[in-house]
Amino acid sequence: MEHDVFGKLTWDAIPFDQPIPLITGAVVIVMLVGVLAWVALKGYIPYLWQEWITSVDHKRIGIMYCTLALVMLLRGFSDALMMRTQQALAFRAPGYLPPEHYDQVFSAHGTIMIFFVAMPFVVGLMNFVVPLQLGVRDVAFPTLNSVSFWLTAAGALLVNISLVVGEFARTGWLPFPPLSELTYSPGVGVDYYLWSLQISGIGTLMAGINMVTTILKMRAPGMSYTRMPVFCWTSLASNLLIVVSFPILTATLAMLLLDRYVGFHFFTNEAGGNPMVFMNLIWAWGHPEVYILVLPAFGVYSEVVSTFSGKPLFGYRSMVAATMAICLLSFLVWLHHFFTMGPGGDVNAFFGIMSMIIAIPTGVKLFNWLFTLYGGRIRFTSPMMWSVGFMVTFAIGGMTGVLLAVPPADFVLHNSLFLVAHFHNVIIGGVLFGAFAGYTYWFPKAFGFSLDERLGRCAFWCWLGGFYLTFMPLYVVGLLGMTRRMQHFDQPEWYPWILASGVGALLIAVGIAFQVAQLTVSIRTRTRRTEPTGDPWDGRTLEWATASPPPSYNFAVLPNVEGLEAYWGMKERALEHLSLSAEPQYEAIEVPRNSPTGFITAFFAVVTGFALIWHIWWLVILGLVGAYATFVFFAWRDVAETEIPAEEVARQDRANRAARLLALQAAKRDRPLREGVPA
Amino acid sequence: MSSVALPLDSVSDAGTGGPPHGHFTAGPAPKRIIVGYGFWVFLISDILMFSAFFATYAVLASATAAGPSARQIFDPNNVAIETACLLASSFACGMASIAVGQRSQKWTQIALLTTGLLGLVFLLLELREFSDLVARGAGPTRSAFLTAFFTLVGCHGLHITAGLLWLGTMMAQLYAKGFRQDIRHRYLCFSLFWHALDIIWVAIFSLVYLVGINL
Repeated sequence: MEHDVFGKLTWDAIPFDQPIPLITGAVVIVMLVGVLAWVALKGYIPYLWQEWITSVDHKRIGIMYCTLALVMLLRGFSDALMMRTQQALAFRAPGYLPPEHYDQVFSAHGTIMIFFVAMPFVVGLMNFVVPLQLGVRDVAFPTLNSVSFWLTAAGALLVNISLVVGEFARTGWLPFPPLSELTYSPGVGVDYYLWSLQISGIGTLMAGINMVTTILKMRAPGMSYTRMPVFCWTSLASNLLIVVSFPILTATLAMLLLDRYVGFHFFTNEAGGNPMVFMNLIWAWGHPEVYILVLPAFGVYSEVVSTFSGKPLFGYRSMVAATMAICLLSFLVWLHHFFTMGPGGDVNAFFGIMSMIIAIPTGVKLFNWLFTLYGGRIRFTSPMMWSVGFMVTFAIGGMTGVLLAVPPADFVLHNSLFLVAHFHNVIIGGVLFGAFAGYTYWFPKAFGFSLDERLGRCAFWCWLGGFYLTFMPLYVVGLLGMTRRMQHFDQPEWYPWILASGVGALLIAVGIAFQVAQLTVSIRTRTRRTEPTGDPWDGRTLEWATASPPPSYNFAVLPNVEGLEAYWGMKERALEHLSLSAEPQYEAIEVPRNSPTGFITAFFAVVTGFALIWHIWWLVILGLVGAYATFVFFAWRDVAETEIPAEEVARQDRANRAARLLALQAAKRDRPLREGVPA
Repeated sequence: MSSVALPLDSVSDAGTGGPPHGHFTAGPAPKRIIVGYGFWVFLISDILMFSAFFATYAVLASATAAGPSARQIFDPNNVAIETACLLASSFACGMASIAVGQRSQKWTQIALLTTGLLGLVFLLLELREFSDLVARGAGPTRSAFLTAFFTLVGCHGLHITAGLLWLGTMMAQLYAKGFRQDIRHRYLCFSLFWHALDIIWVAIFSLVYLVGINL
């Protein structure tokens, strides 16, 4: 009877015989309980609930997205370390990870790094920054924004539950059929993968809709399209891609779920099913996905390079055009992911050429950044170092990408570690460095104090060196013929390179340790690091025009935008007159009320997802009814907004104005410093 | 680092009242525009999801695995009645929009009830078609063609089901809360959703049924 009530879930699901997941799981659970107990004992629960969990403020939600990404980075990186050490130990030896476990590790690594590190990191940065840069009070749909975040977190939680209850997929980061079909993957691993991605994918889609609407319909007075900061443009392109491509992912995974749950024949070997349909659909989402990740990072580099060169971005319009060109072209290259699976010469030639063409707008961007640096007053802060590190690294990754876009070369290199080195080269060197640059750059805006520079530089150098030491050898062994995902090998020529790669991974681990130290030290010494004006880097865009951290309503009065680099223009004018603009007429501001809807929806999503994975049908129904009830309950609310009185707005804004007045007086004294800056 | 941080040049708060329609440089658009626009973006994404199912159907339509083909299983009469129901339902929904504009609770509720009932008839006809097919051994597990057919049409049916749930909630909200601004915004979204499902159905009718019957 018990078997029926709990579906497929029995005590066998707990891996008592596998020490690694069991001990890891136990440690994580103990740490989680410890943190929760500490939070409860300190009396922080009401604070967490009111200020964060139920918050619909885009800044808080952005910070939570980035926090999720950083935590999941630790998980994804542990998987990476396990793979590198396994291969280092598995030369003519079994290593310490049995094949079925190793397969889960590389699948979890890819899934987590793309969906629960890279995605939440860039979505979080966009969430935090875009409304501030646009000079508005929030995103278009604040409560929906909270739902989006919590659904992403729900997906991440399900992936992590698979560590201790059941197993994860062994099918790689994309579950290619027929391997992922029930016949060849009868366990719950693929189901964990599918339901976590469906849940978080819906969250991402809603976040994309929200952000597109925000950028297109909510901008400060005077901010025409050609006055938007480049980060807003790349965010627009990225979110357009989310809106257009994530529905394809949802549909594709739904088809695989139908195959697995009710015996349909989309991708099976029997009854006319066609696995190539999956390949086409998944990459019609999958290729735009890499641009969803990297375009916002390009935006970060644009902001950082311009700010720390003390110059406007070189070639603003060409940058916008290149961004939108990449946005469009990203849908015309998906087939290069399976040149070898039989499309034929003509088709391969078309997609090979389209893939190479993408290098042109990307090259335009790179030259724009270089020309921005040229003649600038460069300040080598750590965000700037991440950016320069990116330019060098990404150029190499781009070139190996063009190499792989040549179909005959791809026939030799596909499925090898050369490919693995290539996409890590562009994702670490492009997306992750950009996320770290953005994290360091906007941290003072988010919290009002800056991160420790020295530890930040240590982290950067370890990451940069670690990256090269890990992945350059993988290019070499890839050329030597080593395929990806090998649990063990017996070629002596590969061994030294694999060892070097393992050492590189350790160096990256040191880099991550520096980042943890940087955060801890910075928080502990935050009183020394406060920055009262809200403009620590001498910024050029509107997010620096308000206090740090910004008030919940962002701006006491909406800024009036009179040109590109709105805030820089205002500063120039104020410096010219050597005075602040007149104090505005403060009015009461309406802000959206906090709502637990997102959190509760995510709770029911986890329950429903878990029940679906384990075929506990009564719980599925319960979860769905709960989610619907939450929706109705939310729809029934009568008051959606609260008002912040004019006196409170005035009090907060005056405090910030006072700090800025001091800065202006200081600027009067060292005015010559600014004269070399081209305006 | 030397920073020169200065406050904003200010203008009057354009965020609350909102400028006249669509003037891009006049500040954030009014709430009604934002809600409608956002929902349109959602509908685009939803239509794109359907396009994936359509593409899959197009690829698998001939993969009948020696089972029944489209020509053998489609019943033109049933599809014609279904289509008529759905189009009439959309018309009733349009009437409800007029009634909402007139602030007439009675006619709004009557029109929405008609919308819902016609949608329900559509859904029941579709379920009957599905159960007939399963009974005749032409269920979704029979062949890749039937898999793709049931999924595409069933996905539309699932949308109709969700729409009916939403419709019930919507009627209750209109009844309990009246024609408040936020409720009217939601009604706008519902009507957009309902009409979009019609557009999808027209595509299914043409590309699946009409093409299938003539194959």
